Amino acid sequence: MPKQVYTKLVKKEKLLDDLYKFSVEAKEIVDIAKPGNFLEIRINENLDPFLRRPISIYNLNKEKGILEFIFQVKGKGTQLLSKKEEGDFIDIIGPLGSGTFKLEEYKNIAILGGGIGIFPLYELAKEAKQDGINVNMYIEFRNKNLVVLEKEFEEKSSKLTITTDDGSYKNSGFAIQYLERDLNENKLDAIYACGPLPMLRAAKKLAEERNIPCQLSLEEKMGCGLGVCLGCAVKTANSPVDNPQYIHVCKAGPVFDSKLVEI
Amino acid sequence: MNTKINFAGIEMKNPVTVASGTFGYGREYSEFYDLGKLGAVITKGTSLKPRPGNKPTRVYETTGGMINSIGLQNPGVEYFASYDLPFLRKFDTKVIVNACGSSVEEYVELCKILNTLDIDGVELNLSCPNVKAGCLAFGTTYDGVKGITSAVRKVLDKPLIVKLTPNVTDITQTAKGAENAGADAVSLINTLLAMKIDINTKKPVLANNTGGLSGPAIKPVAVRMVYQVSKAVKIPIMGLGGIVNGEDAIEFMLAGASTVSIGCGNFINPYTAVETINGIEAYMKKHNIEDIKDIIGKVEMN
Ligand SMILES: Cc1cc2nc3c(=O)[nH]c(=O)nc-3n(C[C@H](O)[C@H](O)[C@H](O)COP(=O)(O)OP(=O)(O)OC[C@H]3O[C@@H](n4cnc5c(N)ncnc54)[C@H](O)[C@@H]3O)c2cc1C
Ligand SMILES: Cc1cc2nc3c(=O)[nH]c(=O)nc-3n(C[C@H](O)[C@H](O)[C@H](O)COP(=O)(O)O)c2cc1C
Repeated sequence: MPKQVYTKLVKKEKLLDDLYKFSVEAKEIVDIAKPGNFLEIRINENLDPFLRRPISIYNLNKEKGILEFIFQVKGKGTQLLSKKEEGDFIDIIGPLGSGTFKLEEYKNIAILGGGIGIFPLYELAKEAKQDGINVNMYIEFRNKNLVVLEKEFEEKSSKLTITTDDGSYKNSGFAIQYLERDLNENKLDAIYACGPLPMLRAAKKLAEERNIPCQLSLEEKMGCGLGVCLGCAVKTANSPVDNPQYIHVCKAGPVFDSKLVEI
Repeated sequence: MNTKINFAGIEMKNPVTVASGTFGYGREYSEFYDLGKLGAVITKGTSLKPRPGNKPTRVYETTGGMINSIGLQNPGVEYFASYDLPFLRKFDTKVIVNACGSSVEEYVELCKILNTLDIDGVELNLSCPNVKAGCLAFGTTYDGVKGITSAVRKVLDKPLIVKLTPNVTDITQTAKGAENAGADAVSLINTLLAMKIDINTKKPVLANNTGGLSGPAIKPVAVRMVYQVSKAVKIPIMGLGGIVNGEDAIEFMLAGASTVSIGCGNFINPYTAVETINGIEAYMKKHNIEDIKDIIGKVEMN
């Protein structure tokens, strides 16, 4: 059950020129949130920007009731959000989404992320590692200057593979190439992915070819974030071409079994 | 202080309702407050058979509002009757079903079923494309509105509200069409046809190219139309378009609306409808108004 909180920004960190990490007090949300859940953040009390902005949960500090999220400045909304200072209040609804990352009984998993898609994977990796699961993490950045949170992800994974598209840091190329290479040597119980659409498509394809369960976190333009406006539609797999069927990222997702969606 | 109002034969505890398509079938917002606080819940547009809706992108923010082309995705009236209606009936509020179809026959079939259900009224959404008439909306001419309203009136004994589209030259004409065909009330406005272009891709942002504009951006248009319609017909009016607080609601009521509806204002704050009720009461207190009816149509024109 989502909660609305009007809460204090207790810590603001600038990770890159256009990337911010916010920590807020939100025990009500932290207590019930699961990895993969997201938040709807109201930018200000004015009517412009009008809609809330969907942002994923990065970290849940269960002891302190602190909620962390990381966002990139894209347009007007995130620009204004980045101007908030420590001590300012923020209106947040969460946790949202019923489709969250499920760890099932897996022993050896792969977590694949790219760009801003890596943030919701942190809490997943953290909880998986706590549960004693072997966490193979593959994260992709465009270039060396955009590499962030390396230490944090290193800590929460059993093995971390970082790639850059241009080879300017660590491994060169797409993260999924390294995942696939490892898969040829070791069995994996599941793949979890969040990132740009081409990456998600490749993950879905690979998982289905190798018959491995795969959970994808998707993005779509949203109106309400609660499941009432039916804006953030994604096509369901195997629905007839002349009569496509849709489910919604905010309500059924944002995490889906890759076999259930067509992306 | 009295906020009760009989609207189109429906006894509401207050004049605040929630608008079709912005409140689902009530479940999601019931997690924030008791739906029994509302004058009425108006359901998502519901059709005879399930409808899958349009291709995404379906929604996009614009200045002071948003555009949408959901394509009336809904699970159909049978599902509504067995799954959503029993849920809504648990709350001490009125239930109005927003009805949509793609032909007159479909509206009639649907309303025959609605007539048998435990609901308090029907709101006819006439902004749906009429498949037989080249997908133009039903509700754009006097004859169009009168025709479909009369056909539905014959099979529907429950209160009938006709929801008017603002995408017309003269909204008083379509309002009269509804009144002359026996509608109990009109609601206005539905969304304004709009478009937004991404200047980098040079493509419209919605997959459907165009969509309906809602939110505070449309409020002045809606208030003007409510005023005009209130002068043209005798049946009561439900006013909506961009309401986000009690002051907005009062503006609509002064213009001639007996009740109001909160649309995408729900999205930015789940408590908008409840806060609107409180805001209306605060206004009444401040201005020593005993009965809500004493606000309706009390605008003093220059
Ligand atoms: C479930 C979900 C989780 C997300 N998690 C994160 C996160 O953890 N960190 C992060 O940096 N970003 C995340 N995003 C993307 C983020 O929501 C957008 O970057 C942000 O809304 C842009 O707003 P803006 O006003 O700066 O940009 P504008 O382009 O001005 O926004 C205009 C409109 O488009 C919407 N929009 C723009 N980009 C996106 C997008 N990629 N997805 C959905 N809606 C969009 C906005 O919400 C707004 O309604 C997530 C999106 C979704 C759907
Ligand atoms: C996402 C969305 C879906 C809507 N769906 C319907 C619908 O199914 N039937 C209908 O009559 N109106 C529908 N509307 C229109 C609203 O009920 C309302 O008339 C309009 O949004 C103006 O009010 P607002 O500015 O307060 O949102 C929809 C509006 C939105 C934003």
